[in-house]
Amino acid sequence: MSDEANKGLLSPLRRKLLMGMAAVPAITMLPRASFAQAPATSAVNTTGLAVTDTEVTVGILHSATGTMAISETGSIQAEKLAIEQINAAGGVLGRKIKFIQEDGASDWPTFAEKAKKLLVNDKVAAIMGCWTSASRKAVLPVVEQYNGMLYYPTFYEGLEQSKNVIYTGQEATQQILAGLNWIAKEKGAKSFFFIGSDYIWPRTSNKIARKHVENVLKGKVVGEEYYALGSTQFNSVINKIKLTKPDVIFTDVVGGSNVAFYKQLKAAGVDLAKQPLLTISVTEDEIDGIGGENIAGAYACMKYFQSLDNANNKAFVSAFKKMWGEKTVIGDVTQAAYLGPWLWKLTVEKAGSFDVDKIAAASPGVEFKGAPEGYVRIHENHHLWSKTRVGRAKLDGQFELIYETADLVEPDPFPKGYQ
Amino acid sequence: MFGDYSIGDLGSIFVMQGFAGLILFSVYVLMALGLAIIFGQMGVINMAHGEFMILGAYVTWMTSNLFQAYLPSLFSGYFFLAMILAFLASGALGMLVEWVLIRHLYKRPLDTLLATWGLSLMLQQAYRSVFGAREVGVELPQWMLGSLRVTDSIEVPINGVFVMCLTVLITIAVAYVLYMSRWGRQVRAVVQNRIMAGAVGINTEKVDRYTFGLGCGIAGVAGSAFTMIGSTGPTSGQLYIVDTFLVVVFGGAASLLGTIASAFSISQTQSTLEFFMSGSMAKVLTLLAVVGILMLRPQGLFALKVRK
Repeated sequence: MSDEANKGLLSPLRRKLLMGMAAVPAITMLPRASFAQAPATSAVNTTGLAVTDTEVTVGILHSATGTMAISETGSIQAEKLAIEQINAAGGVLGRKIKFIQEDGASDWPTFAEKAKKLLVNDKVAAIMGCWTSASRKAVLPVVEQYNGMLYYPTFYEGLEQSKNVIYTGQEATQQILAGLNWIAKEKGAKSFFFIGSDYIWPRTSNKIARKHVENVLKGKVVGEEYYALGSTQFNSVINKIKLTKPDVIFTDVVGGSNVAFYKQLKAAGVDLAKQPLLTISVTEDEIDGIGGENIAGAYACMKYFQSLDNANNKAFVSAFKKMWGEKTVIGDVTQAAYLGPWLWKLTVEKAGSFDVDKIAAASPGVEFKGAPEGYVRIHENHHLWSKTRVGRAKLDGQFELIYETADLVEPDPFPKGYQ
Repeated sequence: MFGDYSIGDLGSIFVMQGFAGLILFSVYVLMALGLAIIFGQMGVINMAHGEFMILGAYVTWMTSNLFQAYLPSLFSGYFFLAMILAFLASGALGMLVEWVLIRHLYKRPLDTLLATWGLSLMLQQAYRSVFGAREVGVELPQWMLGSLRVTDSIEVPINGVFVMCLTVLITIAVAYVLYMSRWGRQVRAVVQNRIMAGAVGINTEKVDRYTFGLGCGIAGVAGSAFTMIGSTGPTSGQLYIVDTFLVVVFGGAASLLGTIASAFSISQTQSTLEFFMSGSMAKVLTLLAVVGILMLRPQGLFALKVRK
């Protein structure tokens, strides 16, 4: 729980060395030269943030302990990797990024308290953090009151937009609609069975999905079921699925329940090769716990898969594994977390300043060509333009890319006709 | 909701639903047995019960990895060895915990609640440090996956049958040990009157230690079996703890029969309700019913009659 400050490299000689290293063509492919003469601190920092002539401090705020550590560990790892790479490439406006890591401990008030500490005491220039919607909702009033900048990585239910937040994951329509269109077309699906965990994200997502199925695809939702977070018994709902014989099972079950659901589905003799299942809550991270043999054949609707075949992603995956171990897997949110520090760096350079107001104003239109998922761009509503992809789970726990949208999908956090 | 389905369909669904209820029943009994022994016989409120279960699950995971690496030919049978190892590991940890922590708190039962809750947090963090924060996937031998096809439309999950058989076996074993063996008599004697039991020459400290160890060991076996149906992660134990206490308290703390009866009534209520409404509503109604009955009968369904 104590501050884990990254002391980094101390002597000026080593920093020169480091700047030299930046000349090595890294994976960055940056639009502009990154180690131009550093501008004066007084010019780039007019609001008293933790910026010196050589360093700038950002905060990392995730749960390293508690229930959510399962999910948030990947995000912490990705953000540290991005920061290290940015520093190796010369830093931001000639300043090395130093990070202070705080532990939200899977407890929402703790998140708010730590966010306040980062903004008020540490004066961090930006926070990379939060994972669950609950933690974001707890932190949001704090970053708005103290005018901080939050880069939030998780795909979420939408219905939110803030000057002080950049959402690097997908909002609900970006994640759901293209996937439903695809499965309706590809499998001729007309009837859908929804099952989710009982909290805001699955309920909002399913609401959007239901409107889309009924109004656009002219299909039918034959069942919509919610189970309390942490439920481990799904035999009854599996029987209901067998009774209603839906064309597609659409799931947003999360956490430990996820594992139980797929294990019991398999044990009940539901063959995912014959019974299409579309999930928006299973990434490579979750399959680690579920086991590839229990979920092989299921379709997941995401914007990123570890198996994506492009040069950015290959470099990202190998750098990630080099830093965190050969066995680590990278899920959708981990990749989105990796975008946070990079987008912030690019925005700071575009604005020519660390000031939060200038960053918020400069964000729309910022492009990141080196993103592992491919090109992304920040929209006026502070969400990302990104592609929607469908992958099929394989036995080895990876996804095989089946479909991707031709163009970037516009983020629409307040979708008309879906509320 | 049944208008569109044929009689045959409905028949087989009801059979499978009945079976789902029985599986839930076995799961509840298996979860609760270890706690029933500790809470019922010793009066210790063991909040770390779920963590003892997860220790069993991690032991199973390690055993499966070892077999895959060194004895792949015997992989199909590793689960039985894993369950024994899980029993030993959780039992040993239980005895250690009893010796270090619990035995100093027998006169302060409410403090055991706090102490074991702290223990559960410590164990969670220990698992996180040792095994990593992410969930691990326990690979099962092929024969334990899938389902038995009874008729065309009735399918019975193999892991469910496995859990049921295991539950029956362990219940019989526990009943035998507690009610037929000499050691069981000693345990019950200590429960009913600790001072008298000591006076007639029963080593009450030893009895306590082994009872606690047995309860934790059974939790370990349960955790091992649940790798078939649930997740294995540092905090997975928390998923079970509420249901476990519910079953034990509802059944009447000191009674094995009560635990079984309560597991049966809760699981059947829940699984029937789940079929007619959403899962979370079913849970709410089940909990309401339990609360209502406990208000009328605070001692639980079955209570041991002892002279106070």
